Amino acid sequence: MTKYDSIAVIGKSHDILGFKAAGLNVFAVSEGKEARSTLMRIADRGFAVIFITEDIADELKETLQRYKTKTYPAIIPIPTAKGSSGVGIKGIMQDADKVIGADILFRQ
Amino acid sequence: MAVKINPTRMELKRVRERLKTAVRGHKLLKDKSEEMIRQFTILIRKNKKLREEIESELSAALKSFMLAGSLTDSKTLEQAISLPAVKYEIIGGKKSIMNVMVPKIEVIKTGDENIFPYSFAGITGELNTSVQSITNLLPKLIELAEVEKSCNMLADEIQKNKRRVNALEYFMIPQMEETIKYIVMKLDENDRANLIRLMKVKELIEKRESRGRS
Repeated sequence: MTKYDSIAVIGKSHDILGFKAAGLNVFAVSEGKEARSTLMRIADRGFAVIFITEDIADELKETLQRYKTKTYPAIIPIPTAKGSSGVGIKGIMQDADKVIGADILFRQ
Repeated sequence: MAVKINPTRMELKRVRERLKTAVRGHKLLKDKSEEMIRQFTILIRKNKKLREEIESELSAALKSFMLAGSLTDSKTLEQAISLPAVKYEIIGGKKSIMNVMVPKIEVIKTGDENIFPYSFAGITGELNTSVQSITNLLPKLIELAEVEKSCNMLADEIQKNKRRVNALEYFMIPQMEETIKYIVMKLDENDRANLIRLMKVKELIEKRESRGRS
């Protein structure tokens, strides 16, 4: 059994430098295709959590779907220095919609 | 009716047994679904709150890191951060929410965050603070990962469960009820046919006997 004992960050190199400074394993990618192969390569290597920047996550929707039902790794979109693009919140909304069939979170 | 079955007592007994199991299963699954949805609504609210907090805090921290980094030349910066002082160890466990295995992540920080692996000659104070703030955000980020993953998995399981409940409620159970009805009707029909036959035979015999006597 694989031991899940580390955290990875995938994103464009200038976006993830800060995480490198904080002591996480970073994988710099430049575009979607490269990110996909990187993600698939590292997904089974014992990372409990893989943070992926929103711009990259947006390009890899189908690939991320595949890991959704597995306990590990948890692949979580994070914002970049530019601010949030709403990909993460959209994911939460989709989950809520799937279960309840109605918008319970953002109803005003 | 889709399935051809023999209208026998044996079959009737079998289908009745199956219907009983199906109804019981349906009730259990429905209860499970209800409880999962309850847990999910709690989790998803937490998820939303956490994500909103993190998104604003993290992008602020990253922004300040980028600004501070731009003051230093890239080589020095690269060098400075290539040897982080803190290391994270993670224990990835599992927790069961209604039999859905969701991750339970514990973080252990090793290393001393007060020792800086870079010299302050090349690095600005702002950079230092921004790295610090990213580090401070990490436990929260991990919590978000845990909650968000749990939500993802629960949502999926709830949907699957819903499909099972619906299949039982709208397909299996009605079909079995119809089968039972069909068998009962056939058996009753046979019964009646038999009864009439007996009555007819009795009539015939009585007629013959009365003719013989006279």
